[in-house]
Amino acid sequence: MTYQIGGKKLKSRFFIGSGKLSSYTVIPKMVEKAGVEVITVAVRRIDPDAKHENVMDFIPEQCVVMVNTSGARSAEEAVRIARIGRELTGSDWIKIEVETDAKYLLPDNEETLKAAEILVDEGFQVFPYISPDLVVAKKLEKAGVAAVMPLAAPIGTNKGITCAALLQPIINEIEIPVIIDAGIGRPSHAASAMELGADAVLANTAIATATDPILMAVAMAKAVEAGRMAYEMGLLAEKDFADASSPLTGFLRRGE
Amino acid sequence: MIYQELLDAETLYQVHQSAVTRTELMAIVGKDYLDRIDYLKLLLADDMEVLERMARRAHDLTEHYFGKMVLLYAPLYLSDYCTNGCTYCDYSAEARSYERKRLDAVEMREEMEAMKRAGFHSVLLLTGGDRRHSPVSYIADAVAIAAEYFSEILLEIYALTREEYDVVRGAGASGLTLYQETYDRNLYEQVHRYGEKKDYLFRLEAPERAIAAGLKHINIGPLLGLGSAVHDMFMAGIHGDYLQRHYPEVELCLSYPRLRPAGVMVGPSDPVDDIRFVRFILATRLFLPRTGISISTRENAYIRDHLVGLGMTRMSAGSKTTVGGYAHNCSRPGQFVIDDERSVAEIIAMLRQRGYRPEFCNWVKGIL
Repeated sequence: MTYQIGGKKLKSRFFIGSGKLSSYTVIPKMVEKAGVEVITVAVRRIDPDAKHENVMDFIPEQCVVMVNTSGARSAEEAVRIARIGRELTGSDWIKIEVETDAKYLLPDNEETLKAAEILVDEGFQVFPYISPDLVVAKKLEKAGVAAVMPLAAPIGTNKGITCAALLQPIINEIEIPVIIDAGIGRPSHAASAMELGADAVLANTAIATATDPILMAVAMAKAVEAGRMAYEMGLLAEKDFADASSPLTGFLRRGE
Repeated sequence: MIYQELLDAETLYQVHQSAVTRTELMAIVGKDYLDRIDYLKLLLADDMEVLERMARRAHDLTEHYFGKMVLLYAPLYLSDYCTNGCTYCDYSAEARSYERKRLDAVEMREEMEAMKRAGFHSVLLLTGGDRRHSPVSYIADAVAIAAEYFSEILLEIYALTREEYDVVRGAGASGLTLYQETYDRNLYEQVHRYGEKKDYLFRLEAPERAIAAGLKHINIGPLLGLGSAVHDMFMAGIHGDYLQRHYPEVELCLSYPRLRPAGVMVGPSDPVDDIRFVRFILATRLFLPRTGISISTRENAYIRDHLVGLGMTRMSAGSKTTVGGYAHNCSRPGQFVIDDERSVAEIIAMLRQRGYRPEFCNWVKGIL
């Protein structure tokens, strides 16, 4: 089933990052085997006159390139990187990453919001990467971003959905798509994110550092699909006690 | 202030010298966040089983935070004139009997074009410490020329004032490499016998002046073996941690060149063998998980190859440490003897064979 995001109709709800891959040569295979349609690329690493390996040469034409501003330390830098990214790739999908904290690499929501307002005005499809904060997410929605990308855990940690209680309100209250990004280390994490009601999931570390990145991408894509299917069906509530399928006291309602 | 931070750490260093059990060390290795005392204990941990556990953890942390990727850069020696009297260095004022050399603008371009042909985007410009032969204006001119070719321009030069860092930043420099050499102040003042470099605090505080001027990439470290190696490693870690806490916007990198006897006056007083060297790198990765670690061609191919995935995030390749070494195959002696003489193509092949992506582009042009 297709869905709308950033002005495009897509099928796959599983996005991949490219930064940590051991070789860009695996990208076409991932696209083929896992049905991936969106790939993020760091502007800082796009090498227009590459002698060796240029990431853009490995991204199949049918894919959407989401450029990211990784390395930006302020709104102003993010905006500058976004413009360079659009020029180099021709894509207007921009993931804003502003990380002013080099130790945990947590996003700077304040600078991200500033950059988002400018980039929306300049006609970009804006995908801000944020710490899960409903108030900021609402402001971003109001600013006109294409989706919000809250993290599930600090990037690269593979810790999974560590803050469901903060992600759920965003999913409940925001009309635009919510893409859960960072912290997804296993297919079960990806499925959990989708069960919460996320519209898509992005992973990089878990795939790049897997023994077989292509197989891991396939496993993640399947988990994303399964999680989405269950969410659309409506998940059953968890209960603290067993619930027998035939009521044990049914015999008392004989005459009803 | 960094000096006060080092003095505080000195107390920790003096107190925590006693042996630690393997169980305690293993518990430290398993921690999510190590404190300064944990780091010191790992630097001192003479235990191969603990080392193996550290290696596994360092490998995971490096992959999680940096990916399967190693950044490649190359050094460009602009001038070997030097007025400092460092007892351990082959560039120092009286160590050389032959004529010194300084590249002019035409020669710089020849060198840079040769490096660019090899695929480099990131260049480290180096000069000896001589304000007359390589003044700030000369360095700034070199940076401006380099900016035509490279997207990342790092400097390894004598310590500058804040205003002088503004000048090189304005010309296009993006980062600074500055080795404190040793954090032992007494020893520092002994081995730097004269010249501007003798001023310990001026050098110690230089990275912060560079940051204030807007340089974004800072690489620090000791010259291993000059002083007590564990002490210098500990203080370098404290220095790195301090910079990371106070300047979180900076891309921080540590490197640990080992002092090599190169026809100099003093050799290492505390030589660091391979086991200790690897332990130091692993301990750094565990203590500062997101900090870059750079290993130069001072180290041999065997060690460098095996450090891929164990904490190293940057390596130089195809390096020439002689002034004019890239464009002209000259036979002048360099600052140090290169131990890994492989070509760029050979380094690329080695990284790929080990399942890592050689990355030349840390920053696309126009961002920094």
